[in-house]
Amino acid sequence: MSAFSGREIRVFLAAAALALAAALPLADQGYYLSLAVNVAMYAVLCTAWALFSGPTHYISLATAAFFGLGAYTVGLGIDTVPFAALIAIAGLVSAIVAALVGLATLRLSGVYFVIFTLGLAELTRQVVTWLQTNFTTGVGLYVFTDLAERHIYWMLLALGAAVYLSGWLIARSRLGFAMRIIGNDETVAAHVGIDTAVSKVLLFMISGAFIGMVGAILAPRFAYIEPPAAFNPMISFQVVIMALLGGSQRLWGPLVGVIPFTILFDFVSGQFPNHTNLMIGAAFMLVVYFIPNGIVGVMERLRLRLGLRKTPSASGQEKAA
Amino acid sequence: MSVQPAISVTQARKAFGGLLAVNDVSFEVAPGELLGLIGPNGSGKTTMLNLISGALKPTSGSIALGGQTISGLPAHRIARAGIARTFQLVRILPSLSAEENVLAGAVFGHMRQWGGEARRAARDLLARVGLGGLGATPPSAMTYIDQKRLELARALAGNPRVLLLDEWLAGLNPSELKTGINLIAELRAEGRTIIMVEHVMDAIRSLCDRCVVMSSGALIAQGRVEDVLSDPEVVRAYLGGGDA
Amino acid sequence: MEIIVTGVLLSGTYALIALGLTLQYGVARIMNLANGETLVAACFAAFWIYTATQVNPLFALVAVMPAAFALNWAIYSLLLRPLVRRAKNRGMLEVDSILATFGLLFILQGLMQLGFGGGYYSYTFLAVPFTILGSPFGLNRVVAFIAAAVIAVALYLFLNRTRQGTAIRAVAVDPVAAGLSAINVDRASAFAFALGGALTAAGGTLLSTFYTFDASMGVVFTMKALIIVIMGGVGDVRGAVVAALLLGLAETTVASLIDPGLTLAATYFLFVLTLLFRPQGIFGRSTA
Repeated sequence: MSAFSGREIRVFLAAAALALAAALPLADQGYYLSLAVNVAMYAVLCTAWALFSGPTHYISLATAAFFGLGAYTVGLGIDTVPFAALIAIAGLVSAIVAALVGLATLRLSGVYFVIFTLGLAELTRQVVTWLQTNFTTGVGLYVFTDLAERHIYWMLLALGAAVYLSGWLIARSRLGFAMRIIGNDETVAAHVGIDTAVSKVLLFMISGAFIGMVGAILAPRFAYIEPPAAFNPMISFQVVIMALLGGSQRLWGPLVGVIPFTILFDFVSGQFPNHTNLMIGAAFMLVVYFIPNGIVGVMERLRLRLGLRKTPSASGQEKAA
Repeated sequence: MSVQPAISVTQARKAFGGLLAVNDVSFEVAPGELLGLIGPNGSGKTTMLNLISGALKPTSGSIALGGQTISGLPAHRIARAGIARTFQLVRILPSLSAEENVLAGAVFGHMRQWGGEARRAARDLLARVGLGGLGATPPSAMTYIDQKRLELARALAGNPRVLLLDEWLAGLNPSELKTGINLIAELRAEGRTIIMVEHVMDAIRSLCDRCVVMSSGALIAQGRVEDVLSDPEVVRAYLGGGDA
Repeated sequence: MEIIVTGVLLSGTYALIALGLTLQYGVARIMNLANGETLVAACFAAFWIYTATQVNPLFALVAVMPAAFALNWAIYSLLLRPLVRRAKNRGMLEVDSILATFGLLFILQGLMQLGFGGGYYSYTFLAVPFTILGSPFGLNRVVAFIAAAVIAVALYLFLNRTRQGTAIRAVAVDPVAAGLSAINVDRASAFAFALGGALTAAGGTLLSTFYTFDASMGVVFTMKALIIVIMGGVGDVRGAVVAALLLGLAETTVASLIDPGLTLAATYFLFVLTLLFRPQGIFGRSTA
């Protein structure tokens, strides 16, 4: 079976790419590692985001809130709880918040969800700041660890592998199948017995948990955590645009958007710091008006066109594989 | 009447603002019975079906499946309890293959299955409705009757206790119609409980044990098909003598 | 009592911004997330007009509103109409318009940052105390409220007493049926979108007389306006005014009694209540 060996090849390639990526700190510990941490961070964030927003088409802007909660979990517990446990707790906290947000909004139309998540980071920031000023000694937390940039990088790679594995497993589970049906026709989904609200909330929780864990892993890099930096709403928008730029309909789609965008963004914010907003705006316009299915969509269309020229039935196999 | 009815509708009412789409309708369906739900356009038949399947919640009154109240439950709970339906305008899942369309019913429906078992069941059902070997076909490439067959297979996949067919025969050409009627007749012979909303009178005559007639939201007659169709009030409703 | 008056005064401006958004979303079916940027642009325009020419911001409205109308008409025609045309259903249009207006948000915000930098701006206009019920309030706030009320009443009369207004309301209820009754839906949508922009700009101009603003604050106001629109019921003018009043009161109450840093939390509290109990809006009738 050609499909089977094709999958084997793909698994092998993925493993090789991961190993190669993991070897990067051996080559450089400075600028390139720092850039690679950014790429890895956004790759995990965007892929986790697309786990939920890809099949549902709900544009979540909650990323910054989950990310900040993850970072804060570490900030609050670093002196008393082992770091690994904190990452897990961060995931749990984010999943709980995701469940609350989901229960309040996902029964209703997608617009309510977008609006709710739009201000979620700011809301969480206000609440955290208020709690800190009124019930603790002050705003801001120090995170001192012996974790170096390369450790953070490796943890992100490991988390990334976990996200990919989860995405792969979800696609083969009842939940994944339910989401595909919901994406096609929500009315039919309900009438074949799918609890559409619960399915969406579950997926949002999984996605949120991973994002929270990214925040936790990144916390030592901040060293000093304060609300405006941890709950930076720009993260939410950057994640949306990178994921859509790559294409959110495939598991590996977001990665295709993350790599060029992060590098370009790094360049623009270094050379023209006042033009980053314009760049993000232009990227949104590009996605809406020119590549609605992302780079992956363009690639698949090209491949389909080339394949069609060779064998007329290739498109059917493409679907089935 | 010691047998528990498969479906019992008691004083069901649905109001949209000031409009009474279903006005205190009561009827029962016995297990294994094929009930025709007929009436002129806009008489409330589809709304009645939507109340049973949970697409809409009744304003008042109740609906029970095998003695258990299901009215007020969300649609997915009703589907799991054992009511499956097709839609007036056929609703296929376009980006899924034909087999996956049927699989949807098998995986999440009344009798839940998963994995190879569910796939086998889906393939068997495709063959059962006359789509054997077409599992990999994208449903958007199918003819209208094949899409209707596919939808029927999806509804049957969960092995439901009651099947609701909303104008399943509408829009078929004469030869397709014959095939369609035969298929439903086979389902009845299997002992399935079916409620069918239908305009095709030949189908009602040849298939139904009993029928219920609605007009302007109210139930105006029920009983054996010949009796009901010769009822003067039913005739009047159909010929437009009333306010319909 | 002082809290209530402050809240009511604040709500006038909120109402204008939300009215703008509710027209854009309720009639033109565009969820305009760049609405707040129109507001900020109007703040800067009023600031510039006032500091450069000493023209009273109330007179500046005469220039700012038509300019915003024209700008928003252009935005609708050039950017949004193609999306309306290509959308196969309401859901697709929603996703597309959300993403496109995000793009617009960043581009407008980026341009304003280039033009004015990231700093905070304000100017002094009628900053004299005015006594209501024994407590002093800024005269600028009172004037802004009165101006907002006048504009809102004018809008209400326009929508309910004129042909054009009736056409707009018809499109809000059912675009397809409106099209069948010889209403030019596309034109009405463009007009509603542009009018919405003009109202928001009026809100921004008035806001700038008593509020310190910066180039990046648009999103927060979009957020508040969205919540008011949802609370009031999409496309519902009366509901938007009542919701704006509630929001203004809730914010000032929380800010003065608990913590000024928690205003958004107050907004969200109202939002969650709406979502849980009246997702169709305060005056909305439940459908199905």
